[in-house]
Formats: sequence, structure tokens, C-alpha cells
Amino acid sequence: MPDAAANDIPTEDVPEGAAVGVRAGQAHFFADLDQSPVLGAVDAPDESSAPSSLWRDAWVQMRGRVLFWVSAAIILLVVLVALFPGVFSQTDPRFCDLSRSVGGPEAGHWFGFDRQGCDVYARVIFGARASVTVGVLTTLGVSVFGVIIGSLAGYYGKWFDAILSRITDIFFAIPLLLAAILVASVFSESRTTFLIAGVLAVFGWPQIARITRGAVMSVKNNEFVTAAQALGLSRSGILLRHIIPNAIAPVIATATVALGTFIVVEATLSFLGVGLPPSTVSWGGDISRAQAVIRTSPQLLLYPGAALGLTVLGFIMMGDVVRDALDPKARTR
Amino acid sequence: MAWYAGRRLLQMIPVFLGATLLIYAMVFLLPGDPIAALGGERGLPPAVAEQLRAQYHLDQPFLVQYGIYLRNLLTGDFGMSFSRRPVADLLAAAFPTTVKLAAMTLVIESVAGIGVGLWAGIRKGGIFDSTFLVISLVLIAVPIFVIGFAGQVLFGVKLGWVPATVGSNVSFRTLILPAIVLASASFAYILRLTRTTVAENRTADHVRTATAKGLSTGRVMRVHVLRNSLIPVVTFIGTDVGALLGGAVVTEGIFNIPGVGNLLYSAITRHEAPTIVSVTTFLVIVYLISNLIVDLLYAVLDPRIRYA
Repeated sequence: MPDAAANDIPTEDVPEGAAVGVRAGQAHFFADLDQSPVLGAVDAPDESSAPSSLWRDAWVQMRGRVLFWVSAAIILLVVLVALFPGVFSQTDPRFCDLSRSVGGPEAGHWFGFDRQGCDVYARVIFGARASVTVGVLTTLGVSVFGVIIGSLAGYYGKWFDAILSRITDIFFAIPLLLAAILVASVFSESRTTFLIAGVLAVFGWPQIARITRGAVMSVKNNEFVTAAQALGLSRSGILLRHIIPNAIAPVIATATVALGTFIVVEATLSFLGVGLPPSTVSWGGDISRAQAVIRTSPQLLLYPGAALGLTVLGFIMMGDVVRDALDPKARTR
Repeated sequence: MAWYAGRRLLQMIPVFLGATLLIYAMVFLLPGDPIAALGGERGLPPAVAEQLRAQYHLDQPFLVQYGIYLRNLLTGDFGMSFSRRPVADLLAAAFPTTVKLAAMTLVIESVAGIGVGLWAGIRKGGIFDSTFLVISLVLIAVPIFVIGFAGQVLFGVKLGWVPATVGSNVSFRTLILPAIVLASASFAYILRLTRTTVAENRTADHVRTATAKGLSTGRVMRVHVLRNSLIPVVTFIGTDVGALLGGAVVTEGIFNIPGVGNLLYSAITRHEAPTIVSVTTFLVIVYLISNLIVDLLYAVLDPRIRYA
């Protein structure tokens, strides 16, 4: 496969009206920030066979951007804190002394104390794990399921596509937060991190499925697919080895942004009281408890709120950068 | 057009049936006694449990139960709240407030988002553009309840410009702060979308032709750039209508606005699961219907959709 193929797509030759029409028709997918992700074909040589590939070009483009390094630093920090909270704080977040309720900052307790007299800094540090776990698990689940459904629907087409797409429509019709509230309020006894991630994954996959389907449909008519067919490769082999690797770019960009979204939804659930139980240290739960004393001590809201915002910002910016880098059309401009 | 509307309406039927079946199955097909689960941690008084068993026909086969639930939905029967008031009455009383809030939010996010986005797109890469790109990222990243509380404390309590909570006093003055809070994230999306498409269209061939023909800059911007750029923006605003009507749960809860979202919010805080189920179902139906209406309006605006 010649390495020029990545930039060979005639995107600039498409009449303007047609390009806008494609975008308008797919505007339901809005996961990413600026435009519909399926912008024409994302067509690239297989990364293992070519010295220069879409991924290599993307990396060269990304490493030149400040935004990439800023978001990478934020994500790295948050993941480290989530994995090894003990390194960042030696205080037990669950050790609370009511006599220090809403106490101000002091030596060793820089952020002060919350209403129950727990150390706010320790709670912010130990709260990272819940958010990151839910975000990562949900994104993994959503990506695996969405890619399977979407690529089967897009590749096999016809009645198979019709059935899968209608099922996708049904799940897509229920707003994520509402569905999560509903299910989570039924599981009042057993809301663990895994359950919350599972619930979010069950209702979060249609977006990835739709994007994968669109990308697979635009890739499957390429010459290299015909060539693989002529060489006698089986249909499932073509799908796994040639189509999915070439259709996965918009999925990765969307999934990165979605990770941030899932963290927000988990925090919102915990804030509403149908998310993680109070025994789990989480930012959403702490923000919810800060509500009672918000007029006198707004700082109790500020610290977990800022930690949450920064984490989500990291993933959203990263998704933005990745999307720009993986979109050949944007690169040629 | 009539043909398109009919087809679109037919398409909605399986989605409606599927979505309601899904909601019902999630609550009533889960392992364990659903009535006990509905009671939550505190458990249910025997009289209420008895009434719920009758209301949901749990002695019948599942599909019969679902059929009765569907019939009740279609006749506007959303069951009773724990305070023995029909949920349909509560919804009817709360819905106008939610519509008011949604309308204000839509105006704010569209006007501000398109205005700023247009300016940023024309001057792409400038200081105004970069500033608002950063602001938009922050607005998207910070969850709405943090923005809501921050606004409430700053403008409601510290500065005292607007009332901190709404309560029964629903007016333009009391709703303006919640509407701005609710509009913040969508404002950021609309801004970014407008900016990208304006910047893209400015270099498009038809715009170059229009300029070459000798049209004034103002006319080129209005007729050739802005109009084409607005197509994806209008689509986004359309999908946002459904989301706003169906889910200002957090904002209405924080500002104590007596709308549908607050009904859900207080049902959650009181562990009133049957009411949660009814209100959620209602919100999903509103979401579906408003998306349908937006789709139909959209087909009126853009002929390409009709003939696709």
C-alpha cells in the first residue's frame, strides 16, 4: 500500500453542498466538539505494513501542539493519583473528627476540613480513583460493544443493519442521565463502582456504534478491500484485519471525549444521591455534601469541583487534539 | 413533505415501544422483589406496597403487565405519588415552568453562541478566538452543578443581584440566572460549532466566487457564509430542545424551580422510585416527541432531507 494513500482522498473535490449535507444528516452524533466525526473516509494504509501511516502522521502532528502536552500531563497526573493515592496524601480520608467541622487550613491540612471534620485534601486525592475507574471501565465497555455492533451493522448491511440500527435507535432515544438515574435508583442496595460503570455502558454504547457503522460503511468500498476479497480472504478476516483498523480513528477520538462525559455523569449521579454510596470517597458525593454549607464555606465545593473539572478538561482536550490529528482533511488545510 | 412526515412518524413507533419496554423491563424484570426494591433503604409501608402491587399488576405475566402500563401511559395515567396525588397532575402543574426555562435557555445559548462563534470564526487564530476557545473548554468540562452553585453563591448570595432560589415565585427575573447556568455548556458547543463551520466556509469555493463577482463583504458573510454555516448549528440547537425539556434535573434542583426536573430531583431525594419511573418515562416521551418535531421542522427548512 503506497503511503500517499492517507492524503489521497478527494475530500476537497466534493461539492460544498454535499459535504454540508453529510454533516447535517449525521448531526445526532455530536460527541466531539466541533464537527461530526465521520468526515468522509478515514482511509489509511495498515500501520504494520507502511513506514509512514495515519498513526505516525498523527503522532508527528500531535507532539507539536501545546494542548497535547498539557492534556497529557493532566491525564498522567490524575491516573497516577488514582493508582497511588497514598503517595500524594498520608492522611486517611475516612478519619473524621467532628470537633474540626468546617475547620480552616492548617499545617498538614492545606485545604481545611469538611462538615464531618474529614481532611479535604485527602478526600480530593482519594476521590480520583472512583471517577477514573468509572470513566475508564465505562469507556472500555462502550468501545468494545459499540465497535462490535457498529462494525457488524456497517459491514454486513441489509436486514442485519436494519435490525441492529433500530436497536441502537431505541437505546439512543433514552437520555444517558435519565436512564442511569432510573436504574441506579432501583439498585438502592448495591451501587458499586462496577455497577455504575455497567449501567452507563449499557446506555452509552449507541453513539460509538453509530460512528463505527458510518466509518465502516465508508471504508468497505475501498480498493484494498476488493483486493483482499480477490486474494481470497474470508469476510470476517477482511473485517478484522482491513476494515476495523482503518475505521477506528474517529472512534478513538470520540471515546476519549466520552471518557470525560462519563466521569461527569457519574459525579452527577453521586451528586443526586443515586450514584456511589457515601462510604465510597468520590468527588460527586463530596460536592453534594458541601451543598448544605455552601453559603458559609464555598471552598468545600471548590476543591472537589476543581479536581473534577480539571480531570474532565484533560480528557476533552485530549479528544480534541486526537480528533484533529486523525482527521486527514483537517490536516491538509 | 406529507410523505416524509408519515414515514418519520411510523419510524417513531418501534422506538417508542422499545424505549418504554426497556424502561419497564429495567425496573420490573430485575432479580428480586421489585416492590421491595422500589421502597429503597427505608422499605415501604404495607398499604403502599399493596397499592403498588395492584398498580403494576405484578401477578400477571410480564407482557400483560407491560401492556397495561402502556395503556395507562397512552391514556395519561402515570400512577400515584406517595402523597396520593396523581403523578399526571404533578407533571401538568410543573411542565409550563420547565418550558419557560427551556425557552429562555435556548434564546441565550443561540444568540450568544452564534454571535461569539461567528466573530471567532472570522478572526480564527486571533486573541478573541483563543480566549473563547479556552472559556468554552472550561464550560464544557466543569459539571453543571458546580457552575450552578458557583453562580448561586456569587450572584445570588454575595452580590445579591438576583434571588438565589426560585421557589413558587417563577418570573423572568428569578429564572434568568438558572437559564444562564443551563445555557453554559450548550453555549460552548454552539460557539465551537459555529466557529469551525464559519472558518471552513470562508475558504470555500462558492464564497471565493461570490467575492470575485464583486459582492460586498457584508453580503458575502450574511448570504454565503453565515447561512450555510448555520445548518449544523440549527441541528444541534434542535437536539438540545429535547434535552432541555427533558432534563434540567440538576439545575431545577439547585435553584428549587418547580418544574418537571425538580419533580424528579425531589422524588430521588425522597427515595420515591415509582414516581421516578413515571417522571422518567414522561421525560423520555417528551424527548422523543420534541426530536420528532425538530426533525419535521428541519425537513421544511432543508429540502435535501425530504428527498434523501
